[in-house]
Formats: sequence, C-alpha cells, structure tokens
Amino acid sequence: MRCSASWPEAPSEVNNMKQFRTFVYKEFLHIIRDPKSLLIIMALPIVQIIIFGFALTNEIKNADIGILVTEPDEATRQLTERLDASRYFNLALVTDDMAEAEQAFRRDKIKLLVVFEPDFAHKLEHEHVAGLQLLADATDPNTATTLRNYAGAIIQDYQQEVWGEQVLPNRMEVETHMLYNPQLIGAYNFVPGVMGMIMLLISAMMTSIAIVREKELNTMEVILASPLKPFLLITSKAVPYVVLSLVNVSTILLISTTLLDLPIRGSLLLIYAESFLFISTAISLGLMISNITDKQQTALFISLMGLLLPTLILSGFMFPIENMPKPMQVLSNIVPTKWFFIIIKNLMIKGLGWESVWKQSLILLGMTFFFLAVSVRTFKRRLA
Amino acid sequence: MRKLIFLLIKEFQQIFRNPAIIRIIFVMPAVQLLVLPLAADYEVKNVYVTVVDHDHSDYSRQLIEHIRSSNYFLLTGYADSYQAALKDVEDDRSDIILEIPDGFERDLVRDDEVTLNLSANAVNGAKGGIGAAYAASLIRQFNNEIRMDWAQLPRYSPIAMIEVTGSNWFNPDMDYALFMVPGILVILLTMVGSFLTSINIVYEKETGTIEQINVSPIRKYQFILGKLIPFWLIGFVVLTIGLAIARLAYGIIPEGSFGLIYLFAAVYLLAFLGIGLLLSTYAETQQQAMFIAFFLMMVFILMGGLYTSIDSMPEWAQVIARLNPVSYFIEVMRMVVMKGSTIADTGRHFAIIGGMAVFFNVWAIVNYRKRI
Repeated sequence: MRCSASWPEAPSEVNNMKQFRTFVYKEFLHIIRDPKSLLIIMALPIVQIIIFGFALTNEIKNADIGILVTEPDEATRQLTERLDASRYFNLALVTDDMAEAEQAFRRDKIKLLVVFEPDFAHKLEHEHVAGLQLLADATDPNTATTLRNYAGAIIQDYQQEVWGEQVLPNRMEVETHMLYNPQLIGAYNFVPGVMGMIMLLISAMMTSIAIVREKELNTMEVILASPLKPFLLITSKAVPYVVLSLVNVSTILLISTTLLDLPIRGSLLLIYAESFLFISTAISLGLMISNITDKQQTALFISLMGLLLPTLILSGFMFPIENMPKPMQVLSNIVPTKWFFIIIKNLMIKGLGWESVWKQSLILLGMTFFFLAVSVRTFKRRLA
Repeated sequence: MRKLIFLLIKEFQQIFRNPAIIRIIFVMPAVQLLVLPLAADYEVKNVYVTVVDHDHSDYSRQLIEHIRSSNYFLLTGYADSYQAALKDVEDDRSDIILEIPDGFERDLVRDDEVTLNLSANAVNGAKGGIGAAYAASLIRQFNNEIRMDWAQLPRYSPIAMIEVTGSNWFNPDMDYALFMVPGILVILLTMVGSFLTSINIVYEKETGTIEQINVSPIRKYQFILGKLIPFWLIGFVVLTIGLAIARLAYGIIPEGSFGLIYLFAAVYLLAFLGIGLLLSTYAETQQQAMFIAFFLMMVFILMGGLYTSIDSMPEWAQVIARLNPVSYFIEVMRMVVMKGSTIADTGRHFAIIGGMAVFFNVWAIVNYRKRI
C-alpha cells in the first residue's frame, strides 16, 4: 500500500487522519461500484413505508359473517341489514342449515355466525324476549372478542331505536377524547415501528457484510498490513453506511409526513440526532456480527433470520409489551428497536421533548458502546 | 440419474461443511419458535388508568372501584389535575385518564345528568379505541346499578329485549399460542426454505464456481434439481422440529391430519424454492439477494395475516396479500390445526399454491437459461 513509507516509525496524528479518510473513500467506492445494491438499499425503505403505512391496521373491519335463520321475518331481516351495512361486517352467508354454517367456518369463509331463534319477531313482540346467539371463530381470540362486541353494540342500537328508549333518570354521559390520534389512524403506531425495523435491519445487514466480504475475498490481509489502528479501521468501515442510513431516514420522514400525513410534533433536530444514535447502534451491531463470523452467508443469515422476527415481535409496536410474561418483558429490553420506537413515538406523535427520551437514549448509547467494544476486541484478537 | 445423485451428495456436503449454517437452519428456528409465541399477544387488556377525582364522593369512589375490579383495567394511581394525569400518559405509565368532575354525585342525583371525561392515548389506535369503549361500557354498567338503587326500575321491563348469548368456537380458552405458533412456524419455514437456496446459488455465482458447473456435462435441470432437493428436504426437517416443539412446549395437537400439513408443505416449499431460485437469477451478489429477501420477507410477514387481519386492509393491499403465498399456508395451518379442516376444505389453497409453484419455477428456469 501507498502508506507503507510510514511503517517504521509510529504513525503521526496527521497521517492517521489522512489514512482514515482514504479508507472511508475506499468504502464509498465499494458501495458506488455496485449500483444495484445501492438502488435496493435506497428504494427499499420507501416502498416498505408506503406499503405498510397504508396497509397495516389493527383495526378490525369488513369481517365476513354468516346468518343462520330458519324462519326469516321482519326483525331478522332488519337486523341482518344493519349488520351488513356496518363497516365492521360483510354479509357472506345466509343459511338455514347448521351443517353449511359449520363448513363455512372450517373453510374460513366466515368469522362470526349470528343465529336467530325460530319465531324471532313474534317472540320479541309478544314475549318481549327473543334469543340470539353470536358464534365467533376464536382462532384469533382478539378478533373474536372484538367482533362479538361490535355485533352486540349494533343489536343494542337496533333494539333501542326500534323499541324506543325511555328517558332514564341519573344519566352519566361519557365524553371521550382520543389523545394524539383522534382519527385512530393505524400509521401513527406502525410507521415509527416499521421505521425502526427497517433502519436496524438495513444498517446491520449492510455493515455485517462489509468486513466479512474482505475476509472471504482475502483482501483482509492487505488491510491488516496497514498501520491504521483497529478502532479507526472499523470506524472507517462504518462511516459510509451512517451517511446512507441518514439519507434513508430523511426519505422515510418525508414520505411519512407528505403521503401518510403523519405529524412531526416534536423537534426535527432531535429526531435526527436520535436517528443518528440509533443508526450507530445498528451499525455497531452489524460490525459485531461481521467480526464474529467468517462467511458472508453466515453473517447475512444471522442479521436477517436472527434479527427479523425477534425485533418485529419484541419491539412493542405489534404486541404490547405489558401483555408479555415477565421474562419476555425483560428480554424485550435487549431489542434496540424497542427503545427507538418509544423515542420516535414520543418525539413525533406525542410532541414531547428531550426530557421524555433521555433514558432511552442512554440505553441505546450503552448498547452501541457494548457492540463496538466487542467488535474491537474480536478484531484485535484476529490481528495477533 | 447418477449425475443427480453425485450433485446431491456435493450439495449436502457443501451445506453441512459450514457448522454455522447448520445452527442457523435448525437451532435458530427452534429457539425462536420456543420463545417468540410467548410474547405474541395483542389482546387489549392491562389497560392502565389514571384517575382524576375532583369529587371525592361515595359514588366516585364506587365508580373507581367498579372499573378497577374489572379484568381489563389496572389503576396507575390518582392525580390531582388533568395536567398531572397527562404526564402519566406521556411517560407511558398510563393509557387512559378518567376525570370525574366536581359535584359528580350531587349532579347525578339532583340534575339527573352528569358528564365524565375519558381521555385515551390513541397512538396505538386500536388499543386506545377499544380501551375507551370498555371503560365507557363499564361506566354504563355502573350507571345502571345506581339507577336500580334510585328509581326502582321494574326488573322485567315492558321494553322488548333481545337476549344476546354467544360462544367462541375452535379456541374456547382464547389461547394465543394456539393462534401464533402455527403462524410463526410458517414464517420460519419460509425463511429457511427460500433464502438458503438463493444465497446458495448466488454464492456459486460470486465465487465463480458456477462457471465450472456450466462447462461440465451436467444439464441445467440436473443442476437446478440438485439445488432444490436438499432444501426441500431440509424444509421438512424444520417443519417436523417445529411441529414437535408445538406439541411438547405448547401442547398443540392438530385437530386435522398431519398428512395434510405435510402435503401442503410439500407444495408450498416447492413454490418458495422457486421464488428463491428466481431471486438468484436476478441477484449478482449475496448482498443483493439478501436485501431482496429481506424486503420480500417483511412484506410476506406483515401482509400474511399473521397478526393484522387481511380483511381490514385497503383493497389494493388485499390484492398484494392474496398474491402472498405465506398467507395461504398460515391459513391452512390454522385451519388444520384448530378447526380440523380436511383436504376438501383447503382445495382452493392447494390450487393457488400449486399454481404459484409452477409459475415461479417455470419463470426461474426460463430466466436461468437466459442469464447464465
């Protein structure tokens, strides 16, 4: 290498800086020389944020339902119409045969079955009590409960409207406010979560390959022969990916605010600073993975298979952390996206400031140092 | 035939030579299947409430007790003002603020009407919405109790009543593991099945060994079969491990037949191996293959109905979801495991996945010829 002139004496600070810049430049060249990868890295977050921002919702609507009625009459017809008209339900089956309804359940054609007792309208009018059963497909327990509640509310409304509501004494009215997200838009919750996932995985994957590739192609020997200190060497590998990831953050934020109408209520500067911190965590995680593996295949599989599902499930944006058993709650603490999700939610959606995120920031900082320390240590050992 | 057998031996040697890969193929899915379903519970419960009680009356205390004694709500504590309560919400210590106005009891009795304030943290819209609705219904219940005390409403009102009863089928205990384990197993199987193949082929491209195979008398179909069969078999091993874990750790025994699950998995793995093969014809480096794999996997998982219902998505997203092979296998797994669905019930799924398998493999083979 060109800098071999400075071999005998200890490298001076100036020389170090120059070498560092050369190494950073070299990494950039690596990235630019592979435009296909670059395109994928830049386009991927855009497409994902758009798809997931619009598509993901944990609201339940348009659920297919069936009606089982042996003697249709005015009341059952009206109720059926009402259920069908609601945005929660979609009438998929009307039958008088229980076997047919059971088959529809088994074939996943309906999620809820409303069973009217025979002589429904007559009983309602004359005996003042008529029976109705809601049978839910509880394969997904949450959907089952929610659908039964929705159907129950619609039936209640019908009863009150048609049969009149007396003005009752001692009324307690409830005024409900939805804080931060009055329209209950799913993207408010999913975008910060998906953002953390994309950034963590892309940064970690990009970086994890960086060092392993050199090992696999045997160019590592050349680099090891250079006088640059391990710490600077590793940092020079990371710098280009930090820049790329910051560009990604900007596109994600741009799309979230323009296309998905997400607010940025807190300080944009702080959001960038926190993103920078989180990217550093992700990249040092990638560096650590690349330092402890020998093959690109292994590195990629660890960063994809090892990170994808655990970050998705344990970061708290899909499954509330307070619902998890205690050991899992503890385990979720080691997932960096959990902390970033809280930070972005607080800054972007709730509009809070530094005082609400400093604890999470410290944790991410600690993780970064831990990953870096492991990277540098394993790197040194290989030098010997 | 003999050539194919030699190729298979070579492939297996290549795969098993790297102990890290073995661990990733067999141990990582097993560990994830053991641990992750425990965390996957998105039922709305454990909703934390901060109460701002301006009234400090008998009724307000009864109301708070009524809410607290329900299964859904946990009391974070009391606050003196709305502002103080909001701090709890900001710090994520509380999900809902219940504000009881001054003179609550007096107005309820004297003016027959009083207004309570509920403020829910709606960053997670579903949790906020459902939590607030539960709270409101509990207040309504309490209201009825009070009314009974005061007005001596006749128990059997002349108003017609629709008596609603109900039950939960297929999962009466509302067990989340029963719902999540089959789904997570499918995801893990998919990752192993498809991306190992594509990475494996791209690796040969990147290191140039594919050239050597190309100049050998091995035919293309033999090469492709040599790549697909090992991962197809590995897929079955992973599936078996997964089903064993489901049984031993979660006590999940399919209502339907194991044969049906394996039969569907056979077709499904074929489709995914095709996708992996296709990917490898487009990607030049392992890095590229992995990024595309990551992208597809995110879409497949998040839009596969694993936990966000497909029916609730906008139309265009439902189209994507219907093109997503993962969603079909998850559905079939749940149908067979929980509902005991038969092959006749899953005919549609078989047809679609079979079609996909043919489509992707043909595309991949055509493309493969052109490129390499």
